[in-house]
Amino acid sequence: MEYSLSTPLSKETTESLRVGDVVFISGVVITARDKAHVRMVEYFREHKELPFKLEGAVIFHGAPIVKKENGEWKIVAIGPTTSARMDDLEPAVIEHGAAAIVGKGGMGRGVLAALRDHGAVYLSMTGGTAVLGARMVKKVVSLIWEDLGMSEAVWALEVENFGPVTVTMDSHMGDLYEDVRRRVSENIKGLRI
Amino acid sequence: MEDTLIEEAVIALLRRAVTTLPGDVLAALEASLLIERDPAAKRELGRIIENVQEAGACTLPMCQDTGLPVFFARMGLTVPGFEEAVARGVRRATEEVPLRKNVVHPLTRQNTGDNTGKGMPYVYYTCESSAHIELTAMPTGGGSENMSALAMLNPSGGLPASKGCVLDTVVRAGGKPCPPVIVGVGIGGTSDECMALAKKALLRRVGSRNPDPAAARLEMELMYAINRTGIGPMGLGGDTTALAVHVEYVYCHTASLPVAVNFQCYAARRATARIYKDGSIELGGE
Repeated sequence: MEYSLSTPLSKETTESLRVGDVVFISGVVITARDKAHVRMVEYFREHKELPFKLEGAVIFHGAPIVKKENGEWKIVAIGPTTSARMDDLEPAVIEHGAAAIVGKGGMGRGVLAALRDHGAVYLSMTGGTAVLGARMVKKVVSLIWEDLGMSEAVWALEVENFGPVTVTMDSHMGDLYEDVRRRVSENIKGLRI
Repeated sequence: MEDTLIEEAVIALLRRAVTTLPGDVLAALEASLLIERDPAAKRELGRIIENVQEAGACTLPMCQDTGLPVFFARMGLTVPGFEEAVARGVRRATEEVPLRKNVVHPLTRQNTGDNTGKGMPYVYYTCESSAHIELTAMPTGGGSENMSALAMLNPSGGLPASKGCVLDTVVRAGGKPCPPVIVGVGIGGTSDECMALAKKALLRRVGSRNPDPAAARLEMELMYAINRTGIGPMGLGGDTTALAVHVEYVYCHTASLPVAVNFQCYAARRATARIYKDGSIELGGE
């Protein structure tokens, strides 16, 4: 099935998604990778309020190439990074309200359980497709935690029809990457050369 | 020779590399779309090709990870201050192309903000008898580089162990290095030499074969096996996991069997220029 969704995402919406569904997102996505995840978890531990809203949010594992034109940030290129690096930190982010995670390569069992517990989804974007990615960004809403450096800072981006992204891990323990891994381990049995 | 010439060449090479996929790689992607049977894999390949074409048409970086600045220099001439000129070119390209600022201190994780630092850019040198410098830029993305592996195998395992090692590494990497990948395989040498061979194997054109028949056969066998794993484009399943397997070998110690694997994501960015004594630059039509 193909869906067009608007942020913030309701739990009802994300729970209805199944592995294999294709999604287009309009609204705001929030980029966060390694350092931003570490900081979010620090904030949770210290019960500090985040400078952006996590409830129903779409977290995007990506960092753009940017340039400043007439005092405004312009996204030159943006695509997904390898999500597995955030495996240990993501369950807390999901627990605190993130409704969808966009990245590439899939995530671990702990994240899958968190998706189930909180009715969230993991969405895969085609790796490297950064020109197509930049085109879907209408404008930069805000730049947060700039001190983390330009490739680690948090960017709130207004997007239109951000996709296609594929539901590869859903809230019903569906995991396309795990399915592929199982098939691969069957396939390689006959390939030992 | 003016070292500003090197600087200009470096900017031109990086711009070319990050915006324009070499023709042999694009042709391999297009061919794979024709034979791929999985519908989701076809969609992934379609997005990949569309993105690459748009990047080339608009001179924009095809991937936001414009990589680490890695160069291969075949030195037929000596230029005082060569390495510093390459670094200046990298700094300027970072602003002018632009490139993402990826280079950090490994202990403090502090970003230098200009893609240079101690040991960066990284330049491989070979000396040759010619009247020019042949400089290749091959920016290395983090996602595929992170999947690199080196195994010091038991020599009694022989060729089957070497093949198994490569296959296991590809399976373990799954979708993380952005398949369809080019798999660079180094066999033999010392540990460091083996790893470097795997990296240099990625310089070869897709579709080329190692001139040694035994190595060429190994390339074909590995390619066959890898594309039957079912990992598929971006690890979502399918027939297209590798665009090419390139094997390079050197002789090694009788007690050793080093095998190294280095991945190149489908965005196999490389560009080559010849720089002549008279100040002319010939940018290769890769």
